Amino acid sequence: MPDRYDVLVVGAGPAGLAAARTAAAHGARVGLLDAQPRPGGQVWRHDVRHQAPRAARDAIGKLQGVDVLASHSVVAVESSALRVETPQGGRLVSYGSLILATGARELLLPFPGWTLPGVTGAGGLQALAKQGWPVAGKRVVIAGSGPLLLAAADTLRKHGAHVLGIYEQAPAASVHAFARQLSHWPARAVQAIGLRLRLAGVPYRFGSFVRRAHGSDGVQRVDIETPTGMQTVDCDLLAVGYGLVPNTELAQLLGCTMDYQGPHPHVGVDRLLRTSVGGVYAAGEASGISGLAVARLEGAMAGHVATGHSAAAHALLPQRDRERRFGALLARHFALDRRLHTLADKDTLVCRCEDVTLGELDGFSDARAAKLATRCGMGACQGRICGTALAELGRFPRSGARPPIFPARLATLAGLTTLPSDDAYRGS
Amino acid sequence: MSAPVKLNVNGLPVEVPAGASVAAAVAQLTLQFRRSVSAEQRAPLCGMGVCFECRVQVNGVTHVRACMTPVSEGMQVITDA
Repeated sequence: MPDRYDVLVVGAGPAGLAAARTAAAHGARVGLLDAQPRPGGQVWRHDVRHQAPRAARDAIGKLQGVDVLASHSVVAVESSALRVETPQGGRLVSYGSLILATGARELLLPFPGWTLPGVTGAGGLQALAKQGWPVAGKRVVIAGSGPLLLAAADTLRKHGAHVLGIYEQAPAASVHAFARQLSHWPARAVQAIGLRLRLAGVPYRFGSFVRRAHGSDGVQRVDIETPTGMQTVDCDLLAVGYGLVPNTELAQLLGCTMDYQGPHPHVGVDRLLRTSVGGVYAAGEASGISGLAVARLEGAMAGHVATGHSAAAHALLPQRDRERRFGALLARHFALDRRLHTLADKDTLVCRCEDVTLGELDGFSDARAAKLATRCGMGACQGRICGTALAELGRFPRSGARPPIFPARLATLAGLTTLPSDDAYRGS
Repeated sequence: MSAPVKLNVNGLPVEVPAGASVAAAVAQLTLQFRRSVSAEQRAPLCGMGVCFECRVQVNGVTHVRACMTPVSEGMQVITDA
């Protein structure tokens, strides 16, 4: 594998796949790197038991002229180059242009009991199940917000789970207003109707959210607040996700300007997806949550622009703008209920890496001061979970990105090309 | 479907479909993946390599994210529970 690409794409989800394919079609030497072992990203994640959708198979199958650099985690940036860690060791991969297609992660909010084994994200349990996590015969409660809850329920049922109910925090009026708007988006309407039909018989409740999970070694029971009062449900697994937030750590490390519309930043881009840093582009969820269609269009646009074909990118703009409006519609109708800010009490762990409670963070108004005093955000996830949750709760914004943006071995940071195992260090 | 993969989790044999994650293999036996700094039992949360709650030891290498690591034949996995 060469160590220099004309166009390097970070993230092999729908946006990155489209970007890589488009840039390669223009004759560029293209590298597509992703921390996961297979391309597809989250929405097109490989399923060990079921075939991927046709669009995913097409996108992943048609990567002629693209070097797929799987299991490559970016840990630091250098001059027109990324320092990456792979299971085989560290690498420096340099580029002419860089396309950030880093996607999104789930917004996970703390509540009493959320650290119990068996409590996961909603997309989180979907991802785990696709990779063989045993859900067959398990009683699953799905909760949180957004259409991802339905997609997760569908996947879990295909894998044999008994989905007890889907609890959406948005009120019924809001979800129904959203559904009426779908008539303007026929493809989405067909998709939504298909999902609802497949989920016939699964209760879908609105204005409802999980207050608390109970259990000893793992989750056994959840308290759910509904418009008609508190319900208690016995379950084996609880999957809760409150929508998505963009992954912006790499863009921040590169010095790209961020946009804030609400508590979580996204990468600022112009009409041609150029970030504030020359030669660096951003496509898809990283520059604002809008879903699969936008990701695919913007990926193609970025592939065009990064190889000097701006006219081709311009031609996709009207379609992209229309799809971005769908993202805005989702954000409006699935806006989070303020009551979710009060789920965690003073004894609830917020930082799961360093076991810091919400009460310990009282009185701090910035992430750095809180970190210095309590270690909140200093663990392996580097504040991706707690920092994002605290920003959502209105405590303080997450502190800026610093290298390494993922925990890395010293050998990687030292620029070595091989990683000795721990055994070698012990002399065995 | 290709043949299942056989590996060891805490010394016990486990079989999972080819392409499955180490997290899926561990979950066949236990939901206790790691012990937190205040000795709580933890298991995967995000499923996508962000939260680090699933980290285990794989073939002698510590702090490996089980959800991001595909299984391979004969792999030795040890949880930190």
